Amino acid sequence: MPDKPKVAFYWCASCGGCEEAVVDLAEDILKVVEAVDIVLWPVAMDFKKADVEARPDKSIVAGFINGAIRTSEQEEWVRMLRRKCQVVVSFGACANSGGIPALANQFQKESILKYVYEDCPGMDNPGKTRPQPESKDEGRTLTLPEFRGMVRSLDQVIEVDYYLPGCPPTPKIIMAAVQALLSGKLPPKGTVLSPDIALCEECKRKDSKPADLALTEFKRPHQIQIDPEKCLLAQGLVCMGPATRGGCEALCPAGNMACTGCFGPTSRVKDQGAKFVSSVFSNIAPKEEKEIDAVLDGIPDPIGTFYRYGLSKCLLRRKLQ
Amino acid sequence: MNEQFEPKIVAFFCNWCTYTAADLAGVSRLKYAPNVSVIRVMCSGRVDPQFVLDAFARGADGVLLGGCHPGDCHYAEGNYKTLRRMRMLERMLKGMGIHDGRFRLEWISGAEGDKVKAVINDMTKKVRALGPLDLPGKFKEWDKEMEELEAHVNKDSKKGETTHAR
Repeated sequence: MPDKPKVAFYWCASCGGCEEAVVDLAEDILKVVEAVDIVLWPVAMDFKKADVEARPDKSIVAGFINGAIRTSEQEEWVRMLRRKCQVVVSFGACANSGGIPALANQFQKESILKYVYEDCPGMDNPGKTRPQPESKDEGRTLTLPEFRGMVRSLDQVIEVDYYLPGCPPTPKIIMAAVQALLSGKLPPKGTVLSPDIALCEECKRKDSKPADLALTEFKRPHQIQIDPEKCLLAQGLVCMGPATRGGCEALCPAGNMACTGCFGPTSRVKDQGAKFVSSVFSNIAPKEEKEIDAVLDGIPDPIGTFYRYGLSKCLLRRKLQ
Repeated sequence: MNEQFEPKIVAFFCNWCTYTAADLAGVSRLKYAPNVSVIRVMCSGRVDPQFVLDAFARGADGVLLGGCHPGDCHYAEGNYKTLRRMRMLERMLKGMGIHDGRFRLEWISGAEGDKVKAVINDMTKKVRALGPLDLPGKFKEWDKEMEELEAHVNKDSKKGETTHAR
């Protein structure tokens, strides 16, 4: 019997939700386990780095890597996996575009370390000790990974073959991707494995979206009783649907929550946040600067709102010093 | 050598007003700073905020956007859409640490050749004072931190050894 194809799962700067998404395949996961040999999955199985390193290059059919890249350790691991895997799939919003961790690109490395190890409430560190990449203890040298200056997406560090979007990717698109990989029917390299349409296209509220939104106010979810049928943008909520890729079947709007943009943009868009501004803000009602500004004040954190999952992929990449 | 820094400014001018004004400035032989590269668009409303970010990311030190005065848009409402988008874009640029004077929106009618001259000269002066933005150079600088490890890992892979995080 020929060997089953080998696959690897790995995590970088992530919350574990992407691992949960694999488990969310429910009974379908048995089909996956039946079809492949898992040779690395830190969250669930006891394989070490040396086990993977010992394998010949390109001997693993596919590596699914989730999480953003912040440390030298993560860089080292993903480079090693790139050598060992025939296909690398960037798994989830953090790997694709930095995700929530990339919001740290609004701050400088020094200010983050200072806050975490000195200033944050509850910190008791009179010596202002910080972890060092290299330190001596009883004659031994201890090393820790370097904390990089910024958060990167996976494809800013290694070459990526496919992308699975979402925070986390939904079971449906994960299964479709696994089946495509196993059958060898692969789309062109660089493809995002989710429909290339805007989320609004698959939203049940679409018919109630007016041609001209003419918004006079932005509201936050706790400020209104949300109508479960009507377009969320039309209700004044910041719904990222127009600038976000579909494929999740508009899960959040179906749950009466506005889309926050986790599937990233469609292939025609270079910058999700700027595209959202282009599409929605042209459609607010006022024409005078003062009145426009009053409407804009309803969004106190534009960067965190429009780039919630994608600041690494903003054309500017990070906040300047 | 004390050469003066010459900023690169990308200007998006609408076909019907500001571009016509730039043309008028030309035929009137008005002299203005040569730092501006003009891109003609049919309407200032055609300018997606993505274009502005892209211009900065590709090395522009400043971006100027010119359209018809409010009420004068050839397409009736295009410049209002521009105004609303760009008010938000300005907030985003601030959030990303791009200084106020690097992006500028101006209404310049087809008859205002002198205003083209005044705006370009003024913006060139102000951006020159701010100094180079040089995002392409910054991107390279930021990514340098990965180079050392790359060389290290490649060296290691030959020996079949690992560093930390075994």
